[in-house]
Amino acid sequence: MSVISQDTQELIPGADELLPEPQPGGAHRRREWVDIIAGSLKFGRTRVGLVIVVAIVLLALIGPFVAPHSPFATGIAPDYSGPSAKAWLGTDGIGHDVFSRVLCGGRTVIGLSIAATVVAMILGVALGLLAGYSRPAVDDVIMRLLDVLLAFPSIVFVLLLVALLGHSLWLIVLAVAVTHAPRIARVARGATLEIVGRDFVRASEALGVPRRTILMGEILPNITSPLLVEFGLRLTYSIGLIAALSFLGFGMQPPAADWGLMINENRAAMLVQPYAVFVPVFLIALLTIGTNLMTDGVSRALIGIDRDTGAK
Amino acid sequence: MPPLLKLILRRLGLGVLTLFLVSVVVFGATQALPGDPARAILGKQAADKAMYNALRAQLHLDRPLYQQYGIWLKGIVTGNLGTSTASGVSVVSLIKQRVANSALLVVFAAIISIPLSILIGALAALWRDSVFDLTTSVGSLALASLPEFVIGMLLVFFFATTVVHIMPSVSRIDPSISVWGQLNLLILPVLTLVLAVAPYISRILRASMIEVLESDYVQMARLKGMPEPTVMSRHALPNAVIPAIQVSALQLAWLAGGVVVVEYLFNYPGIGSAFIDAVNNRDLPVVQAIALLIAAVYVIANLTADIITILVSPRLRTGLR
Repeated sequence: MSVISQDTQELIPGADELLPEPQPGGAHRRREWVDIIAGSLKFGRTRVGLVIVVAIVLLALIGPFVAPHSPFATGIAPDYSGPSAKAWLGTDGIGHDVFSRVLCGGRTVIGLSIAATVVAMILGVALGLLAGYSRPAVDDVIMRLLDVLLAFPSIVFVLLLVALLGHSLWLIVLAVAVTHAPRIARVARGATLEIVGRDFVRASEALGVPRRTILMGEILPNITSPLLVEFGLRLTYSIGLIAALSFLGFGMQPPAADWGLMINENRAAMLVQPYAVFVPVFLIALLTIGTNLMTDGVSRALIGIDRDTGAK
Repeated sequence: MPPLLKLILRRLGLGVLTLFLVSVVVFGATQALPGDPARAILGKQAADKAMYNALRAQLHLDRPLYQQYGIWLKGIVTGNLGTSTASGVSVVSLIKQRVANSALLVVFAAIISIPLSILIGALAALWRDSVFDLTTSVGSLALASLPEFVIGMLLVFFFATTVVHIMPSVSRIDPSISVWGQLNLLILPVLTLVLAVAPYISRILRASMIEVLESDYVQMARLKGMPEPTVMSRHALPNAVIPAIQVSALQLAWLAGGVVVVEYLFNYPGIGSAFIDAVNNRDLPVVQAIALLIAAVYVIANLTADIITILVSPRLRTGLR
């Protein structure tokens, strides 16, 4: 039974064979994932990733307050003009200041991606715990239904929903979450199956502890580590997907300042005004590389901590 | 029944079940829409009861839902995908050429990326911790993080516009002349797809190759004095490739969806760009047909990979007896 998703296995071969030793709920529950995050910082890649992510998130958060112009103000300089004292990165097709739009355009990508990933984790972990802790018949039904969702590539599934329901931001967040949930559920279920047979879970069952308390109090605290890695992976993919949706014209709508949208709006004029395209492309690339480097570091630490304790 | 055959049949059955459920989802999705299609088509004329009822009968809307699904499924199996609401022509004639164009893109991407990434992964494992290994492992981690449209835009930036302008930045295939005469239009879209899938395959191959190289049977072959190239070709690579089959199939399946963004980016006339157009126009029959097609490719690619894995892995073959 694979405990860590396919993506993680690609990053770390054999990762699914080395999971932290489960502990009864309460004991050590806090330490484990704190240890793993601390341990991951030993790796250069985690620190590089962290610096990149912090820098870009700060840029996106503070940017709107320090932008020299309103992102919606037109006529800052002639249309498609190059860098100047007034507009550091030049202007776009209707005279918006590219620099100000870059500073203001990160919030939506980052905010929507985090929202989608959090909803995906809640959905996926709930389904995975339920499947892993239910009778085989219920487990089978849940997993087969999730397999059906997995048959649609994420972008196709999201666009299918957009075609049906029209585009709105809440729909996109929800649709991205729904496409990621089955993959998270697989990981959560796999990790749950490793725990359900343990003595401390059996003991709780024998004591008549309600199922919900066992799931939340005994099992969930013991599967946080693989879920941490899963969160990082899904966040990276969410950023890509949300930015791609804006790029395709189904995310943020003009005149919003948004990196994905900026790339699409300005790509026809790339020869005259490369900054309006290249800078957002570069920032999205850096952000996804940063989150992925951190995730890679965390999943390495997950294995490392295991080797220290000799757990199997 | 031999256990191997039983395992394969079970997997096939599961694949068919998934395909069936996928078709239910795609069919059901349109049913979830509020409103009555007949009323939507007729508009004000819907007040005419006779006309309204006639149209409902024509669209089979008067039948129970499961019968509507049966009629729809029968149409798909017999190659009748309905009529595009945006253009009024049949969906089949609309997407036939585009399916071929997209297939071309996917096939090119696959035949380049799979051998290339296997080679890179194998060499990285062989020269573990060398400069080559380090460069390709950092490079593949970075590439694997990037959304495909970012890879595509970077390629356009470097090769088709700002840095050097030696490639076309749009790939509008001229349908009146053979594709083989305009292969230069395929370079950047294919390269984007290759760069998007190759890192996954090379990473898994590197990992499995390292495991194999440390195995007893490779040590044994070396101790016997077998020349290194023979050790590689006869013992190491065939075993290391097994896990890569699964990932390659997953990546091939991913390509079926990956074409959506890449074709839009390069204005390439395939099902991906048709899908985007259809979503924009809310042309549901076309959206349904393409979503179903892509999902079917996805399911079949995974199914094939599983069956090949069952057939080639000695452990699965012999473990059953």
